[in-house]
Amino acid sequence: MTTRYFGERVQRNEDERLLTGRALFVDDVELPGMLHAAFLRSPHAHARIRAIDVSAALRRDGVVAVYTAADLGDYWRPGPLLVPPPPIAGSVFNERTQVPLAKGKVRHAGEPVALVIADSRYVAEDALPEIVVDYEPLPAVVDLERALVPGAPCVHDDLGTNVAARVRQTKGNYAEAAKRADLVIKRRFLYDRGASMPIETRGVVAQWDGKADKLTVWDTTQAPVVIRDGLAAMLGLSERQVRVIAPFIGGGFGPKIMMFYPEEVLVPWAAIRLDRPVKWIEDRAEHFLATTHERGQIHDAEMALTKDGRILGIRDVFLHDTGAYDPYGLTVPINSQCTLLGVYVVPHYDSTFTAVFTTKPIVTPYRGAGRQHGVFVMERLLDLAARALGFDANEIRRRNFIPPEAFPYDNEIIYQDFAPLEYDSGNYAPILEKALELVGYDRFVRDEQPRLRAEGRHVGIGVVCYVEGTGIGPYEGAKVQVQASGKVSVVTGIGTQGQGHYTAFAQIVADQVGVDVRDVEVVTGDTDQFYWGAGTFASRGAVVAGNAVNDAAKLVRQKILRTAAAHFECAEEDLVIGNGAVAVAGVPSRAVKLGVLAAEANPTRGAVAPGTEPGLEATSYFGPPRGATASGAHAMIVEVDPETFVIAIRKYAVVHDCGTVVNPLLLDGQIHGGVAQGIGNAFYEQLVFDADGQLLNASLADYLLPTALDVPRMDLAHTVTPSPLNPLGIKGAGEAGAIPAGPLFAQALENALDLPAKGIELLEIPLSPNRLWELVKGGGP
Amino acid sequence: MKPAPFRYVAADSLASALALKAEHGDDARFLAGGQSLIPAMNFRLAQPAVVVDINPLGELDFVRAAGAGGLRIGALTRNRTLERDALVAQRQPLVREAVPHVAHPQIRNRGTLGGNLAHADPASELPALMLALDARLHAKSARGERWIEAREFFRGVFTTALRADELLAEVELPEPRPRTGTCFMEVARRRGDYAMMGVAAVVALGADDRCTHARLAYCNAGETPVSAATAAQALVGSRIGEGQIHDVAAVAQREIDPLGNVHASKAFQRHLAGVLTRRALQTALDRAMAGR
Amino acid sequence: MTAELHAITTTVNGTRHSRRVESRLLLSDFLRHELGLTGTRVGCEHGVCGACTILYDGEPVRSCLMFAAQAHGHELTTVEGLAPERGRLHPLQEAFRTAHGLQCGYCTPGILLTMKAFLAETPSPSEGEVREALSGNLCRCTGYQHIVNAVLLAAARLRGESSA
Repeated sequence: MTTRYFGERVQRNEDERLLTGRALFVDDVELPGMLHAAFLRSPHAHARIRAIDVSAALRRDGVVAVYTAADLGDYWRPGPLLVPPPPIAGSVFNERTQVPLAKGKVRHAGEPVALVIADSRYVAEDALPEIVVDYEPLPAVVDLERALVPGAPCVHDDLGTNVAARVRQTKGNYAEAAKRADLVIKRRFLYDRGASMPIETRGVVAQWDGKADKLTVWDTTQAPVVIRDGLAAMLGLSERQVRVIAPFIGGGFGPKIMMFYPEEVLVPWAAIRLDRPVKWIEDRAEHFLATTHERGQIHDAEMALTKDGRILGIRDVFLHDTGAYDPYGLTVPINSQCTLLGVYVVPHYDSTFTAVFTTKPIVTPYRGAGRQHGVFVMERLLDLAARALGFDANEIRRRNFIPPEAFPYDNEIIYQDFAPLEYDSGNYAPILEKALELVGYDRFVRDEQPRLRAEGRHVGIGVVCYVEGTGIGPYEGAKVQVQASGKVSVVTGIGTQGQGHYTAFAQIVADQVGVDVRDVEVVTGDTDQFYWGAGTFASRGAVVAGNAVNDAAKLVRQKILRTAAAHFECAEEDLVIGNGAVAVAGVPSRAVKLGVLAAEANPTRGAVAPGTEPGLEATSYFGPPRGATASGAHAMIVEVDPETFVIAIRKYAVVHDCGTVVNPLLLDGQIHGGVAQGIGNAFYEQLVFDADGQLLNASLADYLLPTALDVPRMDLAHTVTPSPLNPLGIKGAGEAGAIPAGPLFAQALENALDLPAKGIELLEIPLSPNRLWELVKGGGP
Repeated sequence: MKPAPFRYVAADSLASALALKAEHGDDARFLAGGQSLIPAMNFRLAQPAVVVDINPLGELDFVRAAGAGGLRIGALTRNRTLERDALVAQRQPLVREAVPHVAHPQIRNRGTLGGNLAHADPASELPALMLALDARLHAKSARGERWIEAREFFRGVFTTALRADELLAEVELPEPRPRTGTCFMEVARRRGDYAMMGVAAVVALGADDRCTHARLAYCNAGETPVSAATAAQALVGSRIGEGQIHDVAAVAQREIDPLGNVHASKAFQRHLAGVLTRRALQTALDRAMAGR
Repeated sequence: MTAELHAITTTVNGTRHSRRVESRLLLSDFLRHELGLTGTRVGCEHGVCGACTILYDGEPVRSCLMFAAQAHGHELTTVEGLAPERGRLHPLQEAFRTAHGLQCGYCTPGILLTMKAFLAETPSPSEGEVREALSGNLCRCTGYQHIVNAVLLAAARLRGESSA
């Protein structure tokens, strides 16, 4: 009997390479004659460049070249717009994408101004202070509201405004609905900047092989295929001349798919120009300014309700900080706009956002990608409404859940993938109930909290719900091939950054072709191995590539059976696949190994019959019509020291529904990691800018990633509502853990400190001991 | 983030290390644990011309009893040793209590007492301990040697009384008075971070339970480690009660002058100082009453 | 200033290496780029993330906060020296695979070496002690839970508890 792998807690195939240190990361690439790059970055958030003098740097021993924008000639051009604005009537979108090296003006601290190529990174850094740049500092654009005041300094002078985009989406008629409301809750909500901060920074190594006329680029990208296509176009090469390899990547979380970073454009160019391999590895100081950020938004939102706690409608007007450029289009604010609706029936919705250019690093999606902002606003509004109406916070949620019979559920607005925001499937009430059970809600509220309060301890509970739009198109592909050794290879175009694709895809294939999961070798992230693909983002790897892998494996299974039927001269129906072989049913002695069949399918003599193909191989593609909507609830019990406002999370429970589960072990890992980032986002991590646009905490000593002591043990449970949008029924899970932590913290901390009784509301993220103290001391908003 | 060029010399004797420092003065830096110096060099915030590695000087790595209750600790003693050493735990439990708050195990394996004190980061725990424990610091140079009282040693942010040719060689912690209780507490964003505020409290009691001696010293409370001498002095001579602890904490809050940072405003730091002073004093008092 | 070279001899994973290194060469860069032992990862170069942790005379240290010259005459262990031979894993590595204690794997070598020294000193740790010992190593992927599980599992296995 063959083991079934799909749905099992299978250990990972990739681990041995990672655990022994053999796995190749970009900085591990060593090439003969390799040079090293370092970038001179603007010390100013906003300044005009009057002149640049590189002569002293060029004279330094070991410096091979110094380039500024002037040296790039026609190669200097703004980067591509990755995601055009969705077709929403009346939208404004001002496209201003990043440039490879600043020309005339710098628009955020850290923007690259010059590139030094030297024998070593050490020498390249020695040369940086020897480049003399004459800057004329300009006023920084930091505050979102002040940026929009007429006469404010412009990030892009030619625009005459700092408006990057303005989009309104409506459903029903909120204004009319509000007139009928028994209660309207209206508040301002703040969500400040944070960063993805993978432990591996970015890096690019490029090698030009003049004899083969071929460029090879190792890049910490989440989208190698798109980088290949873009580089070929920019460099005037054919796509076949460019090979992009995204090897093992030390965490991505979104910002490693910002295409194209200046360094990705310049390092290959320099390698060709100098005919020497060039390596650039971002250091942590650079990472804080050179890799994209996320999160800055201000929402003015209101919710209209009936007195029995039903949502009539929501109006939200928000500002989104897009940073100095907007290459990722509107993905982040549209995610905020759409995800706000959550698991609830909202009959009337009126949402308008303005994306604002500021002199800060660029904002692109980072795990959650704007979704958490929407969830924060919705969940907080519900908490406030429940309080005003005298409801239990869970009860108001129950009353507004989209009922299970309402799916597919059309929210009547457009999502980031340009498709209607239609939820494919879901069943929300059981998720909430399970979360309450897991965290021990009733017992806590009835017994523990009163007892702890009597002891003078401040312990509170929170429970929040969310959806996550996942697994959007356009498509991914996969090629599955049985080799003569009997091992099976799977090749796909997406990159992988630790999610376990090497194993999840192997599980899918192992079941279809009947081999041990360890005999399935997955190859991703090498454009010479697979031509097509989009990349790893929007929690789509398992959904989109997974289904392509599944389909290709099924086609290979058919080929195996056909070949075996010829081998045994029997009917396909009489064959069973398993244990790396095909056998005649009921006659185990009549079996042939897959490797033998693979060889027979690729004969060295004779003929491959017309209309058939050699080998046991198939390629397939999958593109979902729209994203699959996952959902969940998080619950937390937290203790706060009422004087120092230091917190201790006593319990953290997650109930998640991401449809069919490929590997529960990997899924748990994804949820754990997401929660850890959510906790960081909610209470530890904040990028603090001063009025001059300078980042004040650009080190890991001051930008606080949660440690093993800050992330609690989590209790996880899953419900399964398969997606009807793909054959495997999968929904994505990559971002879910990170999304609801903000409102969860706000709710639980309010409860712990008994803030509602004091008229104090927590309407901003991140919180911190300092901020809690200020709010509590201040005695209310 | 690579250091600028410099000349590295591994010291083969204390004399040669001191001679090099005498020769190069402020252009030379001693490398002990390097856990503050090397990050600063990697950020190119520090660019010494010469780095004199004193790690080979094993004679600077010791913990010794001094008299019946005192301690002499060599400058090259690793924080990890302070954390594990039985004599330190017995004679100066305050040190044992505070050292685990210094960064993380990997850092404590390298970081040294002398390096930490000579670096004089006002946010660091150990300088405040030196104030609380009335430590004396032994400086050596090619010209000679001298003892410096801890309260004279710390002069500003990253600035000490050490002269350009001097090496901090040793620290002496005097014998605690009878019936001494101590407590170190800090509030940091995460374990191992520099504290938003930290306090070391020392209380000694006479046979009549009246306070005979008290010290309150703070980290991250100004440009140097800060001693709240007026607040501490107010305790001496009295039987310390809850009300007095409250009053003394209020005095201490006014004696410190925290600088504020991205994690804690000056006002919050001052608030924390009040909270921690009350808690640490009470604990130190309880420990003194309990005989330890 | 012209680069001044130091002749150093150091033993890494039991193998002696003699090289001439520049004063300022960081030990992490020496291991990775001079000796080709790229399993030691570099994450911050200011001593916070712990990815570059190695054993220096048996004690975990940040290799980004030491100079290569300081390795002269000392014994180092990197992740490449953990497994007894190719194809076999150290019990800690085994446990990390069993418990899914890694995702991207970038922080993993530093954590393995930190935990190797920790378990040698604390063979029967509590979960709290494991978390405390891990607190100097940042992981951005796992949320630490599976790492903690892996360390507890490895501890049990190393103690010879067969039920693990």
